[in-house]
Amino acid sequence: MKLINLIPLDTNIKFLRFHRLAIYGSLLLCIASLGFYLVKGLNYGIDFRGGILLEIRMNQAANLSILRANLKTLGLGEIELQEFGKNTDVLIRIEKQPGGADQQRLAVTKVKEALGSGIDYRRTEFVGPKVSGELVEAGIIAVISALIAMLMYIWFRFEWQFGVGAVIALGHDVLLTIGIFSLIGLEFNLSTVAAILTIAGYSINDTVVVYDRVRENLRKYKVRPLEDILNMSLNNTLSRTILTSVTTLIALFILFFLGGEVLKGFSFAMIWGVLVGTYSSIFIATPLLMNMNLRASAVALPEEEIN
Amino acid sequence: MVSFSRWKVILVFCVCVFGLAYSAPNLFSQKTLTTLPDWLPHKQMNLGLDLRGGAHLLIEAKIEEAIREGLEGVLQSVRISLRKARIGYQSLSLIQNGVTVTINNEKKISEARDKIKEIGKGMIVEVEGQRVWIKYTEELLRDRRRAILEQAVTILNIRVNALGLTEPSIQRQGTDRILVQAPGGDPEKLKNIIGKTAKMTFHLVDPEFTTLNPKLRPRPGVMVLKGLDEFDTAGRPIFYLIKKRVEVSGENLVDSRPTVEQGRPVVSFRFDPVGARRFANTTKRNVGKPFAIVLDKEVISAPVIREAILGGSGIISGNFTTESASELALLLRSGALPVPLTIIEERSVGPSLGADSIQAGKIACIFGLIAVAVFMVFAYGGFGIMADIALALNLVLLAAALSLLQATLTLPGIAGIVLTIGMAVDANVLVFERIREEQLRGRTPISAVDAGYSRALTTIIDANLTTFIAAVLLYMFGSGPVRGFAVTLAIGLCTSMFSTIMVTRLMVITWLRQKRPQRLPL
Repeated sequence: MKLINLIPLDTNIKFLRFHRLAIYGSLLLCIASLGFYLVKGLNYGIDFRGGILLEIRMNQAANLSILRANLKTLGLGEIELQEFGKNTDVLIRIEKQPGGADQQRLAVTKVKEALGSGIDYRRTEFVGPKVSGELVEAGIIAVISALIAMLMYIWFRFEWQFGVGAVIALGHDVLLTIGIFSLIGLEFNLSTVAAILTIAGYSINDTVVVYDRVRENLRKYKVRPLEDILNMSLNNTLSRTILTSVTTLIALFILFFLGGEVLKGFSFAMIWGVLVGTYSSIFIATPLLMNMNLRASAVALPEEEIN
Repeated sequence: MVSFSRWKVILVFCVCVFGLAYSAPNLFSQKTLTTLPDWLPHKQMNLGLDLRGGAHLLIEAKIEEAIREGLEGVLQSVRISLRKARIGYQSLSLIQNGVTVTINNEKKISEARDKIKEIGKGMIVEVEGQRVWIKYTEELLRDRRRAILEQAVTILNIRVNALGLTEPSIQRQGTDRILVQAPGGDPEKLKNIIGKTAKMTFHLVDPEFTTLNPKLRPRPGVMVLKGLDEFDTAGRPIFYLIKKRVEVSGENLVDSRPTVEQGRPVVSFRFDPVGARRFANTTKRNVGKPFAIVLDKEVISAPVIREAILGGSGIISGNFTTESASELALLLRSGALPVPLTIIEERSVGPSLGADSIQAGKIACIFGLIAVAVFMVFAYGGFGIMADIALALNLVLLAAALSLLQATLTLPGIAGIVLTIGMAVDANVLVFERIREEQLRGRTPISAVDAGYSRALTTIIDANLTTFIAAVLLYMFGSGPVRGFAVTLAIGLCTSMFSTIMVTRLMVITWLRQKRPQRLPL
């Protein structure tokens, strides 16, 4: 019994009925995301904040409160401790020490002395202020470039109305991802930015598939009202959208549960991104075409090329 | 798109065979690989530091400081030169990239200019009124900067290689940075030998010898330097009063070894003929007086000269452990760094995390592959199996490309592979869905397959291209591990396009030709 037959090809869900609801809902979520970002802020990792990160494994289950008390006496400024996967693994974040690289090394030495022997130092990371500044800049430029590149690409392949719709949907996706990171307090570091860029690629990927259909249907059914064409296109591509989302999510969930602690933040961001990206392709990017005064003439082929 | 010319079929087969051949080395251990004949591919994937474990240090060279030091040297030379020639001057000072001086006597200006010209090779000398400038040209400055950085890299190479690590990599990055990557290396050891400039100089000592007051103003020609790890009975650090003049410089050292004297670790050293002569002269003239050995502005030892040392070699004793003696000997052998270095970024991974990451990565890939494959069979039945074969081939080609290109595989790179597994089926899904639709509209099987592939092709290219753009941006703005992700994502997209458009299509068409079904089971 093939699963695919569960999704009939001739569905006729009136997606655009939800247009208003989706726009208001998304607007609310965007504002909420912005709000969280402005009020609560993001839990920036040392990639962007600078500082020292130690991932350690202890011989027995770690007692965070004792550790915290021990390390506080060293007077190294802000120290954050959190469990990292197993209960023997602890992530220690120390803010950048005033002074040069020698001060940072001194801080690490002090911490190592305080922790004693029998500790496996799995990872040591240090990011100085110059490098963290560069990483922040690179991250911002990368995300903005992605938005611009995607816009130009869609403009080139389709009409400007498609481009605007796609970029709004994309911006929405990025904003909501930042919002969820702020809400949950997950660490926001370089791999999060990588996830955001990948989500951008995936979301546009999804949107393009639908737009392709819209363009094809617009050319075929020149007289039908736009809303019908958009609904039809969404229904046509529904089975593909669901299937691809499912396979991608399967892979990502496996990555989340089996891929190790270090990748958890990344895979979570991607999972969220796939869900939001699929939602935005269906309920934001496509309905927005209506608001853009899209007409069949915009995508009509020149007379000679119609076969 | 239902015809497959013979040469295309051969091409597909060749690519598949090459893919299998070039990815196969990854299944064997290094030892087995060396026993295979040379003509077989033997390159394995290049594992990043986060998978192998090791030290990653990004170092900044304070080149401007080194340039400034060089200019101070020029300033001193100008002063000495003018004094010798008895040319009166004023306002001798440093300026941006140069030195300037005002000559008192108009008539001596050209003489002064000639003397100054002799000092800086390649530097330009300008005269305006009674002021003389000697400056670096832009080109010379650039060359000097590059030379300083390269010398630093060379010295670091010597130091790091002495630690006996496997394939350490020390590379220039930009105009003032050096990246040191040492798989399996101990970051602490590396930081020890990188951080020290290791400038060694020998000085005579002021008769006052030591003081506990670091702020003491000594007489002219004398400076106050801290003793290395030396404290009085009350635990206060001891400072030495050292004559500023350098008697012998570490530049003239040719060798240095850790050794043992009277049961204690010490460091032996040997000078070249120039150094040996200076050493001999100084020790001859100062028997009975202390001789300070200064390393990076700290006094490591100040023994009393017992007799003239004419052989040009000697021993440094102090509070050395076997390790610190070995380290100092290494630093002296490699030479002093021409520029101070600071570590501005570190990303070191211990071996346990590296092994765990590889393990987790392998498991995620295998389970991901199985899960997606099973799902595809449930979704599309027979066609799903074909898509799965293409998926497996996709991964083989990906592995072959990574091995061939020696691209670095990082942990995010493995995430990219898992992601590719999930996204690669998209292309096949697009085709299958299109075929399904065309069949529903009444096309015959062959016609449906043809239309399916043709219509879906542009969509596939469009969709994959956008993800490709994201991967390119990630590569441009990312660093290290993130770049690894971008590379596997990009290569994965290419191989997935190939496997869908060529491999699956070939399988579908072959099956069509053989079975000639009335209806497609889609």
